[in-house]
This record gives sequence, C-alpha cells and structure tokens, in this order.
Amino acid sequence: MHEISLVESVIALIEDERRKQGFSRVRAIRLKVGRLGHAEPEALRFCFEAVTSGTIADGAKLEIESVPGAGWCSACRRTVPLEERFSACLHCGKSYVRVTAGTELRLAEMEVE
Amino acid sequence: MCTVCGCGISVDAEHSNNPGHAPGKSSHDHSHPHSPGHHHHEHDHLPHSHDDHEHDHQHDRTAGLLDFGNGRAGVHIAGMGQERTISIERDILSKNDAFAATNRVRLQNARVFALNLVSSPGSGKTSLLVRTITDLKDKWPIAVIEGDQQTSRDADRIRATGAPAVQINTGKGCHLDAHMVGHALDRLSIQSGSLLFVENVGNLVCPAAFDLGEAHKVVVLSVTEGEDKPLKYPDMFAAADLMLLNKSDLLPHLDFDVSACLAAAQRVNPRIRSLTVSARTGEGLAAFYSWIEERAYAVADPVP
Repeated sequence: MHEISLVESVIALIEDERRKQGFSRVRAIRLKVGRLGHAEPEALRFCFEAVTSGTIADGAKLEIESVPGAGWCSACRRTVPLEERFSACLHCGKSYVRVTAGTELRLAEMEVE
Repeated sequence: MCTVCGCGISVDAEHSNNPGHAPGKSSHDHSHPHSPGHHHHEHDHLPHSHDDHEHDHQHDRTAGLLDFGNGRAGVHIAGMGQERTISIERDILSKNDAFAATNRVRLQNARVFALNLVSSPGSGKTSLLVRTITDLKDKWPIAVIEGDQQTSRDADRIRATGAPAVQINTGKGCHLDAHMVGHALDRLSIQSGSLLFVENVGNLVCPAAFDLGEAHKVVVLSVTEGEDKPLKYPDMFAAADLMLLNKSDLLPHLDFDVSACLAAAQRVNPRIRSLTVSARTGEGLAAFYSWIEERAYAVADPVP
C-alpha cells in the first residue's frame, strides 16, 4: 500500500506550495495518474481521507485524471495505444513496444483559498 | 508513519515545517501541534524550534536501528484567503527522487557501488547476501542496509559475517524510501570504495516506485514461487536490471519452468539480465559476482 506514501508526498508538495503562495485551505486536488504507472487510483482514493486528515489538505476533494498508456512500435514505426506495460502492438501484434506515455504520477493543480 | 493511528508522513525534505510526534520509543526532540481529528496525545511535548532540524534520530532500542514506524502527524493552518486554482505539475515522487539524487552523489563521492535488492518475502535475499559477503569480503569492503517492518534479525545475521549493517524498521511502511536510506548512510560507517547492499522490505509491489540512489535494482525470485511472477508483478521486473532466480538446488523437486520464467521476465523488461543461482550450494554465484564486479570496478575499489 505505497499509495499512503504517495498521498503523504502530495501533502509535502502542497506544503511547499503553501510556503511559496500562501493559502490556508485546499478545496480540491487534481492528480494525473498513468495507467502503466506505479499507483492504483482506487487505492489512492481509499487512503486519501485518512492520510490528509488534520493536514492542510483536510477535507479536500480528490480528482484523478487517468492517463492512457502509449508506446512506440519499432515495427510499425508509430505510436500505438498500450493497455499493459508488456503488451504486443495492437496493430502488428508481434513487436514489443517501448512505453512512451502512461507512467505519470503528478500533482497537476489544486484549488485553494 | 504513525504506528498508533496510521497517519503521518515518512518523507519530509527539510524537517522544518512538518512537526512530528514521538509516541513511545523515539526521542526525536520535537513535538507536534494538536490538529483537529488527531486524537492521541499521550506523549511528552518538548519545546523546540522548527528552524532547527539538527535532530539526530537517536532511537534507544538498539545501536544501528532506525525506526521509521514512529512518524509525524499533520499540521493545521488557520486563517482564510481567496479561492483560486494553482497549477503545479510536479511529480509526486519528486521529493523522494531529490533524496535519491542526494544519496547517489554521496555514494559516488565515497566511491561506493550500491545495489538495491528487492523481492517478495522469503525469496532468500538475506541468505544470498550472507553468502555473497562471505565469498567477497576478502576482496571488497562491504556494508549493508537492511529494511524490514520489525526486528533487527536480518542485520544481526549480516553482522555475524563481519560486515557493518544498519537495520531500518519501517513500522507499517511497505518499502524503503530515499529519505530513510539517507539517514541509514549517516549511521553506517561505510568505508570508501565499498560495495553497499540495500536489502529492501520483502514486497514485490511498492519498492519498485522508490529510487533509493542505488546503481541498480536487483530482483530476487525463488523457484518456489510461480514462474509467471514477472507478468503478475511487472513493475518490479521492469525496474530491475538483473533478476536472480534463487534456490536452484530445489529445482529437481519442483515443476518450475526456468525458461518460461526467464521469458516472462524478458517480456516485461527486454533489457533485464537473468542468472540462476543457489545461495545454499553456491551454484551460479560466480556469474553474479562477475556481474557485480564488472560494474563496481568503475566506482569502487577492491581491497589491495
């Protein structure tokens, strides 16, 4: 359940931002989570309330944008959608595809007051 | 993380604005403010300055033990401001990655070659390390950082070989992070030119995401596990540069398909190298030592 650590890291980034921008409350947090990345959106949602309780992000709404996976197929010489990290190319079906998108794990933006 | 309620954080860049709490055994010399909804206050509150982050993680259980099970709670900020949207676009792991970069520079400056050993529990990581240290200690200075949720059993086994070892206890934590390893490096009397083995918490999922500052991740898989583990836990095998297929001495008693396992690992990570070894009999370990030394010579120094 490293999603707990990830939410803790989000709080640390928000604290950084609070020092720079000065706000007292976070109303909403938007994350971008790649489908081929290390975090499970449901697990992030599951622990979010407990981990943010008593912090600057207490009561904030969590929005997660799921970023689809994509990769470069060296046989087709083009970018193709990727459902799993080790999938074969959807078009040619034989070549291994190098992941080019879908591994993000980013704090994109937040609403504060 | 707090072992009482599960709240709190384990990674904090400056130790300056995340006051902590110290239930029980830790002697962090800082207290924490009381925030709404945080309900256990049975610990002593000591006066402290938030500007002073010279606290030294003096835990009083055992020398060489860092316990991150006793963490910090949150903060509460009073006051009101105007509502607005702030664009941030920062990697959530950026704090950990910054600590990892610091560790990496520190290791390079000390000419230390570091490997991060990851696996599920029971794959034989510690036995493999004990054997490796025994076989290589006359040739290289070696140090070890051990990660487990509880106990210093593994570090005790390592110290019995004569190598210095620091045990990190993660409490409820399921992985080591770069901040913990930085503190372990503070504690470890590590000789310049050493090989450093970091044995991560036995867990085939979470440690994949956390760079510790190592040169390479080495994933250990034992033949008593399924040969399809690389497909079921692809993140870890994608993050590793070497797979050690351990307990090969048991192969005659099992239906484990070695070539299917190697193919599965290659499918997830076409660049991964694989070696079949037995920490018990020593089979295949010469190849593992060669793999280490080919890379370590560029960084560390063998014993003259």
